Amino acid sequence: MSLIDSISLPRSLRLPRVDGLIQWIVPLAIIAIWQVASVAGFVPTRVLPAPSDVALAGWKLLLSGELVRNIWVSFWRASIGFLIGGSIGFAFGLANGLSQLSAKLTDTTLQMVRNVPHLALIPLVILWFGIDESAKLFLVALGVFFPIYLNTLHGIRTVDPQLIEMGRIYGMTDGELFRRVIFPGALPSIFVGIRFALGIMWLTLIVAETIAASSGLGYMAMQAREFMLIDVVVLSILIYALLGKLADSASRVLERATLAWHPAFQKR
Amino acid sequence: MQTALRTSLPETELASRANFAPHARVVREERPAQTTGLPLSIRGLRKSFGDNEVLRGVDLHIPAGQFVAIVGKSGCGKSTLLRLIAGLDKIDAGSISFGQDFEPRDIQPEDIRVMFQEPRLLPWARVLANVEVGLGRDRASGDAHARAEKALTEVGLADKRDQWPSVLSGGQKQRVALGRALVSRPRVLAFDEPLGALDALTRISMQRLLERVWRDQGFTAILVTHDVSEAVALADRVLVIEEGRIAHDVVVNAGRPRQRGSAELAGLEGSILSHLLSADDRT
Repeated sequence: MSLIDSISLPRSLRLPRVDGLIQWIVPLAIIAIWQVASVAGFVPTRVLPAPSDVALAGWKLLLSGELVRNIWVSFWRASIGFLIGGSIGFAFGLANGLSQLSAKLTDTTLQMVRNVPHLALIPLVILWFGIDESAKLFLVALGVFFPIYLNTLHGIRTVDPQLIEMGRIYGMTDGELFRRVIFPGALPSIFVGIRFALGIMWLTLIVAETIAASSGLGYMAMQAREFMLIDVVVLSILIYALLGKLADSASRVLERATLAWHPAFQKR
Repeated sequence: MQTALRTSLPETELASRANFAPHARVVREERPAQTTGLPLSIRGLRKSFGDNEVLRGVDLHIPAGQFVAIVGKSGCGKSTLLRLIAGLDKIDAGSISFGQDFEPRDIQPEDIRVMFQEPRLLPWARVLANVEVGLGRDRASGDAHARAEKALTEVGLADKRDQWPSVLSGGQKQRVALGRALVSRPRVLAFDEPLGALDALTRISMQRLLERVWRDQGFTAILVTHDVSEAVALADRVLVIEEGRIAHDVVVNAGRPRQRGSAELAGLEGSILSHLLSADDRT
């Protein structure tokens, strides 16, 4: 009878193997062409090192422990920043979606702040927080806040009013109405917000780390640039791509698990 | 269009109020022995939306367990009347009271249920959970599952209990909605054009289902419809609403189960229809 009951196992886990491999054909082909072009000398290694060199650099950094440490630091910053900004955005979205008073009070202010590019605050943030952890967390949280706030608000406001009337007729209390009608109805939109926010999360973190940091992937890339280690720079960029893909896949699995009722997620 | 209506005038004249009199005998007593339905009395009911006075004084008594159909042109106030009876909108003036010997506190919210034109199922709850919603405050009780399953069996969808609503057909969704309305064993069931969006064949089988559950459970049924043939096929009594008042109160005295398309019902349908059309002509 609760929301938990209506959650089924993620369907993507049961997909046939071949389907899961198709999406990797294009990236692998690009790497293969790149390797051939590098080995044949079409692309000078000073412009772009061969994939095999990048892999070798990765292996070395992995052995030294530097790679894992930097990835972990970046991953930690991203997650904490996302959690803080996401929770605040979700809370404001709920409050302003459910209460007219709250919306009147805060929505205009939030819309004004939203139109300031959060990365423009970097100089100010450095002055406030230095190049400490809190500076990065603040920027990530700020960047993640708006997509989650806007989409939660939109999701709640667009729940079918006929369903809400139905819930009231059948004697649902406010809490039940929220749990059984409003929140599940807003969930598809909330997931759109989460996926936008994940993209912004990596973007913000990388910019912040390349400008002001003493650890993390962005710092690793900037250090490598100073020592002309172009293979490490390319390696960092590739890891960003993989982490972005990983975050997106995680949100998709969650989406499929919780939106099994949605016709768009049903495999027949 | 105008000429067509003019030529139908002589017929309309025939279908005057006196013409209904032969049918207007006492309703045949074929209710279940003890009816669970509530009688319903409406006095001087008025309702306006802004300057638009939709109901202009409705007086009506519905005996317990009666099946009443309300017909009328769109905008005549029939759906408003139903929404007031179901307690969905506020009354401007007048009163609606349920029961005779009952104190108001004897009537629970679960006693009065509404079924809409749209099924209004929760897309994220499985069929059985959707039916359980209808239990109202009894949702948390231990036998909720069993009661919901029983209601689902009554509407013939026991095998769909674990499906999502999105995979059901329009008629099946409406049957789930009926199961949800029935599961709390209501004593008054209000239908707001529940079959309006269904195709002709599905509509006929749904009409049979409505008649069957009404006969089994004995609730007081109030059906708003724009389909006059549906009204005469199902109801004991057809109310014609014009300009916010009850213009005609017609008793349908045919036996049950009713023969669709029988001469008796067709005649009654014809006279009600010509009434509705003659009202059109007068304005």
